Amino acid sequence: MAGNIATRAAYGDALVEFGSDERIIVMDADLSKSTKTDGFQKKYPDRHINMGIAEANLMCTAAGLATCGKIVFASSFAVFAAGRAFEQVRNSICYPNLNVKIGATHAGISVGEDGASHQAIEDIAIMRSIPNISIISPCDAASSRFAVKAAIENDGPFYLRFGRLAVPQIYDENTKFEFGKGMVLKDGTDVSIIANGLMVQYALEAAKILAEQDINARVIDIHTIKPIDRDIIIKAAKETGCIVTAEEHTIMGGLGSAVAEVVTSEYPVPVKMVGIEDKFGKSGNPYELLEIYGLTAENIAAKAIESMQML
Amino acid sequence: MEQKEILSLKKTATNIRKGILRATCSAGSGHPGGSLSITDIMTYLYFKEMNIDPKEPKNPDRDRFVMSKGHCAPVLYSTLAERGFFPVEDLETLRKTDSYLEGHPHMRTVPGVDMSTGSLAQGMSAAVGMALAGKIDNKDYRVFVGLGDGELEEGLIWEASMAAAHYKLDNMICFVDYNGLQIDGKITDVMNPEPIADKFEAFGWYVQSIDAHDYEQIEKAIENAKNQKGKPNMIVAHSIKGKGVSFMEGQAGWHGVAPKPEERDRAIAELDEYLASLDA
Ligand SMILES: Cc1ncc(C[n+]2csc(CCOP(=O)(O)OP(=O)(O)O)c2C)c(N)n1
Ligand SMILES: [Mg+2]
Repeated sequence: MAGNIATRAAYGDALVEFGSDERIIVMDADLSKSTKTDGFQKKYPDRHINMGIAEANLMCTAAGLATCGKIVFASSFAVFAAGRAFEQVRNSICYPNLNVKIGATHAGISVGEDGASHQAIEDIAIMRSIPNISIISPCDAASSRFAVKAAIENDGPFYLRFGRLAVPQIYDENTKFEFGKGMVLKDGTDVSIIANGLMVQYALEAAKILAEQDINARVIDIHTIKPIDRDIIIKAAKETGCIVTAEEHTIMGGLGSAVAEVVTSEYPVPVKMVGIEDKFGKSGNPYELLEIYGLTAENIAAKAIESMQML
Repeated sequence: MEQKEILSLKKTATNIRKGILRATCSAGSGHPGGSLSITDIMTYLYFKEMNIDPKEPKNPDRDRFVMSKGHCAPVLYSTLAERGFFPVEDLETLRKTDSYLEGHPHMRTVPGVDMSTGSLAQGMSAAVGMALAGKIDNKDYRVFVGLGDGELEEGLIWEASMAAAHYKLDNMICFVDYNGLQIDGKITDVMNPEPIADKFEAFGWYVQSIDAHDYEQIEKAIENAKNQKGKPNMIVAHSIKGKGVSFMEGQAGWHGVAPKPEERDRAIAELDEYLASLDA
């Protein structure tokens, strides 16, 4: 398998790979070198539109293009795409259910040195609350490619969440993904670790730590947060009896909340959450920040044990 | 334009105005003031200018209209109904739970509505996207936009304006309904957007100023706009809020208040009198 690749880079590659479809328009807001839409720009300059530093206008213009039959990828940093342009996404994209795919990069604290102003830790919570939108938070290159493909193949608004940091490959490039279906990466019976994005790798490590203590953890990647795979979550609740979630996002309204919404209404079991706990990020080395904020395999393992102890 | 044609447009506009009053009265809420001030422009666009077909509201080659000041749904709906997109009787279901006529324009439920609007300034920005698509696809449809003068206070208007000029969207023709009023009073008191024409000129637009209630001026401005290349078009249309109903004209209070049945009847009686004078 390939070495470390940032999911934003895989996003850019996928846009180029699928870009021959004439319906596809890629838009950016003066960040095309960072969001990696520059590859598409080089290959299909007539279908790449730079809107300048104007994210609100980016989203509504994308909506207008979509009303004319285009499949529009609108890219910016997650904090601006979901934050500054929230109401444009809500009213001009999601309410009319238009074919705009928001390619949001630089999500989470692993943005690193740029600090809190650039680290989106609430974007999923914001986007998840809007009707009609689908959300995918891939963990590696193969799942990022799938995210782009799913967004092209399925009508309607999408929010695709990508990271800045190069991450290890979890999936073989021939892996078959299904939109709206989670992936069991490791089976287990004692506790389920449900993760997405950057945290999937740490979830797998946590399972190894737990194995040393004779705890058999199941590891699930929920790449599609919306619509969420209710079946895989309920099955995990029933078969392992307790859950820990792991996400690079505030625990308010993200993956943990989404899992808890399913579990509490269908098959209540303890759900512990690893995520950012009502704090802003800060500047620093991404790996040091992940440690500081508790986004580690060790913390997932500890919370998994806490979850088991609640039984 | 021939007098006969002007007369016919005036009659149509009067019927559209009556529809606005019936719809908002029946709903018990809605926005008559800004609907009445842009009625003549809407009438000219839908009955003389635009390449549209009520039987094919989604034809990809059609001209588009975006009511960026979406609170003026009553005039958009009344115009569409009058033009045959849906039955005129349905106007009185406006804003009701079981109606498809949402309080603000919704492209998914109302035939002929090209963009869902209601959050001010987003429509203009969406229109930029439609005009861009026209350029990319080498289609010659035009995109018309209805803007409020108060709406110009939104920052997004200027983001969209910069983009429209940057991408030379001469297929875009926008109207500012310059009635001088917004919810809290005069635009010059609340947050002065003037000088309006100068601002758009500075942003690289081809700007014309007209009387919003004079069909010959509307026609001339649109013809000029069609003949110029390379710049988006802004037509600053000086209007009277509440136009056509004596007790509503120039009153900020009628921005978002529906007429009571008695007021509606009085307003319609005035309009009927006007229709009769046109016939004479
Ligand atoms: C983004 C946004 N902010 C506020 C409103 C509430 N609102 C509806 S109409 C209006 C005043 C609009 O005035 P103007 O643009 O002059 O419209 P007109 O006079 O033509 O009715 C406001 C503030 C809104 N619809 N959208
Ligand atoms: Mg006004």
